[in-house]
Amino acid sequence: MDKQYIARGVKRCSTARFLLWIAPWLALLAFGLYSAGLCLVKGLNQTNMDNRFAFGLWIFLDLTVIALGAGAFFTGFLLYILKLKELSAVINSAVVIGLVCYSGAIAVLAVDVGQPLRFWFTFWYPNVHSMLTEVTFCISCYLTVLAIEYLPILLRNRKLRQVPSFLVFEHELHKLVYVLAGVGTFLSFFHQGSLGGLYGVLRGRPFAFREGFLVWPSTFFLFIISAAAVGPSFILLTTWLVEKISRKRLVRPEVLQLLGRISGLLLAVYVLAKTVDTLIWINRTSPDAGFPAAQYYAWKPFGTWILFAEIVLFGMIPALVMLTPRLRRRTGWLVSAAAMACLGVALNRFVLTVQTLALPTLAFDKFLSYWPSWQETGTFLAVVAYGVLVYSVSFRYLQLFPEERELKAEVQQEQEELRVMAGRY
Amino acid sequence: MTSEKKPGKTARYGMMIDVDRCTGCGACMVACAVENNIPPAHDGADDRNGITWIRVFQVDNGQDYPNRRSAFVPVLCQQCGKDAPCVAVCPQQAVQVDPATGIVGQMPERCLGCRYCMAACPYHARYFNWWDPAWPAGMEKTLNPDVAPRMRGVVEKCNFCHGRWHAAKQLAAADGHAIEAVDYVPACVEACPTGAIRFGDLNQPESAPAQAAKNGNCFRLLEKIGTEPKIYYRSKKDWVRQIASAPKPGQIAPKLAGKETSRG
Repeated sequence: MDKQYIARGVKRCSTARFLLWIAPWLALLAFGLYSAGLCLVKGLNQTNMDNRFAFGLWIFLDLTVIALGAGAFFTGFLLYILKLKELSAVINSAVVIGLVCYSGAIAVLAVDVGQPLRFWFTFWYPNVHSMLTEVTFCISCYLTVLAIEYLPILLRNRKLRQVPSFLVFEHELHKLVYVLAGVGTFLSFFHQGSLGGLYGVLRGRPFAFREGFLVWPSTFFLFIISAAAVGPSFILLTTWLVEKISRKRLVRPEVLQLLGRISGLLLAVYVLAKTVDTLIWINRTSPDAGFPAAQYYAWKPFGTWILFAEIVLFGMIPALVMLTPRLRRRTGWLVSAAAMACLGVALNRFVLTVQTLALPTLAFDKFLSYWPSWQETGTFLAVVAYGVLVYSVSFRYLQLFPEERELKAEVQQEQEELRVMAGRY
Repeated sequence: MTSEKKPGKTARYGMMIDVDRCTGCGACMVACAVENNIPPAHDGADDRNGITWIRVFQVDNGQDYPNRRSAFVPVLCQQCGKDAPCVAVCPQQAVQVDPATGIVGQMPERCLGCRYCMAACPYHARYFNWWDPAWPAGMEKTLNPDVAPRMRGVVEKCNFCHGRWHAAKQLAAADGHAIEAVDYVPACVEACPTGAIRFGDLNQPESAPAQAAKNGNCFRLLEKIGTEPKIYYRSKKDWVRQIASAPKPGQIAPKLAGKETSRG
């Protein structure tokens, strides 16, 4: 039915099967939109956030997906600026992932703020000292960059290519790709950092507060490194998942290994920087504010296990696995390590968002707990469903993996040879 | 406050709260709500999502009877005098410090409702309007015409009764002089039956807060953070003064098990 939209030389499942695949995600999206609608119409009283837990599941989601979506800018940087040509095999997929992550995060932010119609106030009355201003500016600009980067991928669709002006436009747009990669990298560096700075500057929350360099707290730099580290891991993970679900070879194993090596290297740098930062915080920053760091971990369930999990289990171990060539060549190890790295960054964002707010600051304060309402969870799930849907549609109708056709031919040749050999014996 | 004060000279409004005098009656909370048009709590609101610009916490020394002692600590915006955590973080300058008074002001009309300032405030003195403000039929006639009610989805907090300050400023201008701190007092100060809350200009050495700043029995909450709060607390009891410091799980926290007074 939709064959004329599917790229030549690649095979996709039937339309009925595709509709069957997207149906549950559409249902989830509808449920999520209903949840978000309730929050917009009735107000944020639909959530379980309160005056003390002013941030909840949504901000955790935002920080996490933006870190995971960092693969878009970092792969672009490696491919177009550092000329790692092997990564052209995944760049289109990375752009779609980035677009999904950033647009999803912005959509959730629009529900999360009390007065979404005042979003333009930040541009009209910007407070240049606020990290949130920097985040708003950079994310808005970068989403525009991602949308422009997505356009050539979209216009290369088999049907759209038949429109000559689209073809010319796509060709002209492609010439800009180096500029876009540079601008995207610059913007991403800043907003990834600013997201870390959001918490690092909170003098009133000594659990999150960090010293730093000039106006930037150390979390500014840690967020940049961690996002750059897990971005390639998330691309590796999603590529592997898509290969499994679609039962196709989409990239050569060497590409996944290269992504793993880059991720492992940056993760190792992150683990080292995070360790140094933690030691400075434990021994100087926090005690100076009157909060001996050990007391944070006396409030259960946030024991020291969380530090161990963040730095060793989901940091050092996946870094070592991805840096060891023998283990990297084994897909199971490589994918597991990439998944652990992604979990590690999610845990880090959870700690900064949830643990920071749960810990008491006043002596007569209580340790607080928070559990998201179904409306919050529904909105969260809407972003997941939206991501899967956009990626599924893009995968079906656009060329997300340029090597797919070539690899398909190779697989067919291999099968042919096997058949011949089987006939011979 | 002295009459020699030159018009236009900047002030640093602050408070001194005598914890030993506070009976926890909650009159300050009620007076504040009435003065500042804080709507009645919505159905389903609790102590974590309701609005009260000043909140009285009950603390005790953790001892068993007959050695158990209690105290009440009213907590409001501490009007940080240096690097106020909420000011720098607001992305659209909805929080500003008035250089003439040192009051940290919130502009609900410009607030996006991102709640970053609430996460930044270590004193939990900022409140979000989770519901549309609503008054039972007839009760809207009690609204203070000098204070605009806030809408759903914005943050608000204590501003030392800005409506009163504005009225006092106009009166002072009509009399041909600049406003002095003694020209007005916030509603909580006026309502306190024991005179536990006193208001004044920290730049005036004889004012109650300025005197408190020099008193050994006075303390400020979380001083080590370096925000220079302008609310001073006073108590002659050592265990009460300990509440100024950070919580220490397993040591001080159980002894100072805080709970809000039921009168609030």
